[in-house]
Amino acid sequence: MRRWGPWIAAALATVLLVVSAAWAEDDEGFLDGRQLRLMAPAAPGGGWDQTAREMQAALRDLAGRSEVYNVTGAGGTIGLSQFVRNDGDPTQLMVMGLIMLGAIESNDAPIGLDRTRPLVRLTTDYEVIVVPASSPVRTMPELVARMRQDLGAVSFAGGSAGGVEQILAGLVADAVGADPGQVNYVAHSGGGEALATLLSGRATAGVSGVSELAAQIEAGTVRPLAVSSATRLPALPDVPTLKEQGVDVELANWRGVVAPPGIGADDERALEELLLEMTRGAQWRETLQRRGWGDATLAGPEFEQFIDQERRTVTDVLKKMGLA
Amino acid sequence: MGDLITGFADALTPGNLLWALVGVTIGTAVGVLPGIGPALTVALLLPVTFRLDPAAALIMFAGIYYGGMYGGSTTSILLNTPGESASVATALEGNKMARAGRASAALATAALGSFVAGTVGTILLSVAAPVVADIAVGFGPPEYVALMAVAFVTVSALLGPSLRKGAASLVIGAGIGLVGIDTLTGQPRLAFGVPSLLDGIDVVIVVVALFALGETFAHLVAGTGAARVEPVRGAAVLSRADFRRSWPAWLRGTALGFPIGSLPAGGAEVPTFLSYSLERRLSKHRSEFGHGAIEGVAGPEAANNAAAAGVLVPLLTIGLPTSATAAVILTAFQSYGLQPGPQLFTESGDLVWALIASLYIGNVLLLVLNLPLVRAWARLLTIPAYGIYAAVLVFACLGTFATGGTVADLLVLTALGLVGLLMRRADVPVAPAIVGLILAPLAEQQLRRALSLSDGDWSTLVSSPWTIALWTVAVLALLLPLVGVVRRRRNEPGQLTYAGDREPGDR
Repeated sequence: MRRWGPWIAAALATVLLVVSAAWAEDDEGFLDGRQLRLMAPAAPGGGWDQTAREMQAALRDLAGRSEVYNVTGAGGTIGLSQFVRNDGDPTQLMVMGLIMLGAIESNDAPIGLDRTRPLVRLTTDYEVIVVPASSPVRTMPELVARMRQDLGAVSFAGGSAGGVEQILAGLVADAVGADPGQVNYVAHSGGGEALATLLSGRATAGVSGVSELAAQIEAGTVRPLAVSSATRLPALPDVPTLKEQGVDVELANWRGVVAPPGIGADDERALEELLLEMTRGAQWRETLQRRGWGDATLAGPEFEQFIDQERRTVTDVLKKMGLA
Repeated sequence: MGDLITGFADALTPGNLLWALVGVTIGTAVGVLPGIGPALTVALLLPVTFRLDPAAALIMFAGIYYGGMYGGSTTSILLNTPGESASVATALEGNKMARAGRASAALATAALGSFVAGTVGTILLSVAAPVVADIAVGFGPPEYVALMAVAFVTVSALLGPSLRKGAASLVIGAGIGLVGIDTLTGQPRLAFGVPSLLDGIDVVIVVVALFALGETFAHLVAGTGAARVEPVRGAAVLSRADFRRSWPAWLRGTALGFPIGSLPAGGAEVPTFLSYSLERRLSKHRSEFGHGAIEGVAGPEAANNAAAAGVLVPLLTIGLPTSATAAVILTAFQSYGLQPGPQLFTESGDLVWALIASLYIGNVLLLVLNLPLVRAWARLLTIPAYGIYAAVLVFACLGTFATGGTVADLLVLTALGLVGLLMRRADVPVAPAIVGLILAPLAEQQLRRALSLSDGDWSTLVSSPWTIALWTVAVLALLLPLVGVVRRRRNEPGQLTYAGDREPGDR
């Protein structure tokens, strides 16, 4: 037994090395045979992580194996500050979105998105405002009336502070003539936690991504009042939009991909082409369908302009809410 | 019942059994390694399993999940370095037992307790999930505030021989827990402008630093690197007396773990702390606590595993992930086109029952895998400390880097390791720091949430039957020991403090 110990250890080490080598091996790489590395600047399981992992699957046939890694924290700003260090490296990509714009403002992050090269916007996920099934509130105008009467008594349960849900609550308050700075928004670290508070019946209303709440809505444990899209969503055809109900607000939780600063123009074009090709593929179509994400493909200068415009909207409402 | 039998039929195919075995083996391994938890492992394996049959992949994930919960106890007991926060309470008595040459008894009661709790928990999951979920969903912020009050007044048992030093440790932990962006306002606290502190310090990093690194440094400073512990004293792995003392603790641990685990914000740590306190209070061998009492291993370890089963209740019945691992399993569900939520049982019942059946199987496999290994694990102690702790250090750093992915995490890890060393030198116990780290932010968040939801009305804290019941328990838990003290003081004056007990690293 004693004498075999080192041999067993050596054999195990060899197996581990071979496995890890096979893991890292890159057969048909992109850009000089190097492997793409996708950063999801959030914890596993969230929207950015899901986007990165779906991209990994959809890119497999186009660019070979790619690697997804997570850098968690602070609305993606920790990941962002780490990401910009990959100066000039076209094999590094990062998933980002509206939440990152809000987080940069509300955390007063030293590094903004202007340090990155925006490539492609990929998806949108809309928000839905719901009340518990037992709530006396039945429509959005009823909720608005309550907000006008006593804003503090209407509590909204939603995701992280400064995130899409709080931005939406602020925009709604602003649109109905209430003070966005006085909105009683109760932040949670994720949609699941917010749902727990909502189901306990302690919050007046909840705000969450449509895909996160689809199952609850279908089962009738929560009642949807309004969606934040411009037109009704195929997934929730019976739920009116905010605009239909006299609240002039539209908000999409979009997600996209950026490259590090300092990459060459050729590389940037090649990456955009690659991602656009991915969005046209059957696998990506199927992903959108399965996840309930809206197709929001937008590339190049248009995407950069869009980011600028979104940043202004977000900064404005966060300022009004006293968060930026 | 018929559904469950069909589930067993699905899970018991040779292929799926193999996946369950792979899962529990990987799970045990990642549980043993400090810093690498089941959540990370499942996330890493997720893309690999896309081509697998959903049932096989979920069965493997269930194995990893239970295996990880189980494996965490091994390093807690042998090396006083818990792999995750839910094993901290196990380390308290478990490591004392190991140092007294009772490592195999501690490991065996942990293995059997995990099995009993895991099985009872899974039975409760299969028969009572919807009922439990209904109650659990009613828990809002005011109820959690009351639950935290119960936890705070009962954890005094974990504070160790000196109340003042224990409280100091609790405050250190609470301070570490407050670092980062405040969830409710989005404002950074105690981050000192360091970006990587914005998201707070991961509990796993704190546990690994205070225990594993602190222990390693203490050996270094004290020059006890060549020390080894006599691994096994006595013949039987678990003596009849040990068994008699263990089984009630297993059941009590399960009774605490399952319901609290199934609460949306309950978690697996709180029941282990409560179980330790309860065992200490009920034990007939109270003087052994602090020196290796077997109840102190059996109870928390059972609570830990029952909570792991409880966490699946909100996940499967309402699609609510309440732990990091549950969140990743939820993602896995979605990537197989399953919509977790209130209708999961009706729409994808076959798969869910196969998953539940595989939990039973996983539990049996874990016991079969680990009970014979108990003696082999205990022999690990014959390796001199420098050998073991070199490996611990490597894995602690690897695991930390894997969780956060930044070098800054390693700096935080080292800094906290030095804090751990200072605490050991000053005879301040480290376990209360973990209690403070977990309970303080939870209590703070829930209290502020409760008051925000009620628009500042404090009466919300006693606004439901649950809150009143829990506050009553808290008050009783606070008053009963006082009554005992007064009575004791009448009989035998001057017998109030426990005998001093030093950490072995301080020799």
